[in-house]
Amino acid sequence: MARVRNSIWRGLAAAAVAAALLAPGAGHAQGSGKTLSFIPEADLRSLDPIWTTAYITRNYGYMVYDTLFALDENFKVQPQMVDTWKISDDKLTYTFTLRDGLKWHDGKPVRSADCIASLDRWMKRDVLGQSIPPVLGEMKAIDDKTFQIVLKKPFPLLLEAIGKLSSNVPFMMPEAVAKTDANTQIKESIGSGPFKFVASEWKPGAKAVFVKNPDYVPRKEPPSWAAGGKVVKVDRVEWDYIPDPQTAANALGQGEVDWWQQLPQDLVPLLAANKEVTVTSVDPLGSIGVLRFNHEQPPFNNPKMRQAVELVIDQKEMMTALAGDPKYWRTCYSYFSCGTPMASDAANAPLAGKRDFEKAKALIKEAGYNGEKIVVMTATDQPIVNAQALVTMETLKKLGINAELAAMDWGTLITRRASHEPVDKGGWNIFFTWFVAPDMANPALNAALRGNGAKAWFGWPNDPKIEELRDQWFAAPDLAAQKKVAEQIQAEAFESVPYVPTGMFVIPTAFRKNLKGVIVAPVVFLWNVEKG
Amino acid sequence: MGVVAIFVFSLLYLAPGDPAAVIAGDLATADDIARIHHQLGLDEPFLVRFGTWAWSVVHGDLGISIFTNLPVTKLIAQRLEPTAALTVSTLILSVLLAVPMGVIASWRVGTWVDRAVMGFAVLGFSVPPFVLAYVLILVFAVYFDWFPVQGYASIADGLVPFLRHLVLPSTALGLIYAALIARITRTSMLEVLSQDYIRTAHAKGLASREVLVSHALKNAAVPIATIVGIGVALLIGGVIVTETVFAIPGIGRLTVDAILRRDYPIIQGVVLLFSAAYVIVNLLVDLSYTLLDPRVRY
Repeated sequence: MARVRNSIWRGLAAAAVAAALLAPGAGHAQGSGKTLSFIPEADLRSLDPIWTTAYITRNYGYMVYDTLFALDENFKVQPQMVDTWKISDDKLTYTFTLRDGLKWHDGKPVRSADCIASLDRWMKRDVLGQSIPPVLGEMKAIDDKTFQIVLKKPFPLLLEAIGKLSSNVPFMMPEAVAKTDANTQIKESIGSGPFKFVASEWKPGAKAVFVKNPDYVPRKEPPSWAAGGKVVKVDRVEWDYIPDPQTAANALGQGEVDWWQQLPQDLVPLLAANKEVTVTSVDPLGSIGVLRFNHEQPPFNNPKMRQAVELVIDQKEMMTALAGDPKYWRTCYSYFSCGTPMASDAANAPLAGKRDFEKAKALIKEAGYNGEKIVVMTATDQPIVNAQALVTMETLKKLGINAELAAMDWGTLITRRASHEPVDKGGWNIFFTWFVAPDMANPALNAALRGNGAKAWFGWPNDPKIEELRDQWFAAPDLAAQKKVAEQIQAEAFESVPYVPTGMFVIPTAFRKNLKGVIVAPVVFLWNVEKG
Repeated sequence: MGVVAIFVFSLLYLAPGDPAAVIAGDLATADDIARIHHQLGLDEPFLVRFGTWAWSVVHGDLGISIFTNLPVTKLIAQRLEPTAALTVSTLILSVLLAVPMGVIASWRVGTWVDRAVMGFAVLGFSVPPFVLAYVLILVFAVYFDWFPVQGYASIADGLVPFLRHLVLPSTALGLIYAALIARITRTSMLEVLSQDYIRTAHAKGLASREVLVSHALKNAAVPIATIVGIGVALLIGGVIVTETVFAIPGIGRLTVDAILRRDYPIIQGVVLLFSAAYVIVNLLVDLSYTLLDPRVRY
């Protein structure tokens, strides 16, 4: 009898365990209060958005820090931490007054000295910020809430620079933190932004946690890109980095996470078929593909060879391979991001016109190319890079170029691209990458367009004319003048071909239908998002 | 361990890739990369770098992660629980499943039961853990919604969530391990079952269960324990894949991320940890021989 009773108890216990383990949906995290579970584009590795240009750290920066000015959806710079500002008639003195109620996450007030130290550190690192020190007289605090930037000569782009949207964004930090050497990574996470970072819960490579900053005073204006009111409508945000796309898709489909920032094209149909999920694009601009030549090594040290490739690269083919559905890509025959003020059709016939293999072959002949091997580098762990490389290989073969595809991972590629050696000594001829549109929106930001030789970005184009025009662009007094110079730069670029733009694409995003208030912007912002 | 340390350090030194280039980001110039390279001490000669690292290691310091600026020991400690939980649960599941299967197969050798067990073993060896993982997720997490698709719940969050998150990964990872143990158990048991004393036991009229468990399995246990120890290496390899598929924040994922970014201190630290774990497990297995077979004590 005792054995029977024991058996019954054992059976009941087993059934209870099984019931608890198998309870449908018991593993879903999204029901837990107002927690937004978000799969970011990459894992957060560095907490210093001034030290690195990594977009994931920039996005972290927008959560934790605030900016003096910010760009809105009309490409206008709007005040953010700044309440009022004044520019002297001679355009040399900028006076800024901070808003009331700005506090660091440790409770201390935001002071002018903090902002000056933050700007100073940013100017040492950022590509646009580095243009300011040569014209900078001084930065001085008038009082705790007011400070001045005094210039030696006018710099019309000053507010645009301070309100820069993408890396490196001039985030404001406490003076003690901002005094850290610009080349040394900060360890603290004390901002004045709408979220506080929970350092104790940070698991690099897996999870980053933010909680609502109760002391944050949002602006009254509606949100518009990085500008306007940053009203946080959830208590907590968890960045759950899921490296495997299929797992991420399943997690979103089952409601274990709320939002997947970037999903690969091949999983779009799967999630689009889920009635609980919205698949869309929240990036109004997108990103731009880049085919980069090595200008130091033959045969692409000869402009005719670069022109030949430019004449046959078909953006439609590139983008179809890269992004598939035309809903997620567009052609952009400009050296400046289409949809931004500097973009134009000026002199773009070599890229926008008919793909002319005959003319390209004639240019190759003129260049004296004799079938030497060229190395095209691709990163097989980066689908965006790999798709561009594979299409280009086919195109180069059609041109009669002896191209060899060197497949590697991205970590190896970015090391090898720094090599100035010829291909037989580990060098390279072509590689691919992409930039978000705000990073290619004008001559100041577009690093791949520089023509300053050995100091230029990898590939090292040497084009003094572009550099001269770039200086003119900085000095241009207004938008019309800037556009005119930008057109001249573009005309020169289509002639010297520092790189070939391969088209614009957006990476789809997907979120649960109960999310409201997702901001459409080139950078992912998590304020204003509401969980129904 | 010293040999492993020298080997892994040399291998990473010779491997292509530069963490400075990864850190600097896509917009960096060659000057930026050179500066970071210098800051990280990557331009020092091999012997200087190795000496510095080895000196720190013997003092219990595995270094600082190049990317996160956090101590490697802290990063490993953060990830230890999920990996330990996954490994132990897989081990338990595999042994509980595989040993009885192997015993039954040997007992019913040549019958359909034996063939079914051997079929399971072949399947276990043939199906990669990540394929099985996706199938299990599809069936038990997506269709039936019985288990979570991904993630890990600490035992501190409660026993039920902890177990719920471990069932699918342990099953996916355990299949290959169970296949290995089942095969070895069967082989070992067959050898023992052909011994005279087993025939004697049967002749004495002992029940089959008694003969199998008390007489045969006990004597067949040493090779089984050996394969359990050796199989830990297999398990470590599988953990890396399984943690990636199930998004478990364990040491396997830490390793993959570190390799992709060339975060040398983490890779070196994790390899040392894995090799230490392997040595300890095999030591425990050796010690277990004395319990399983009293003759080993003499």
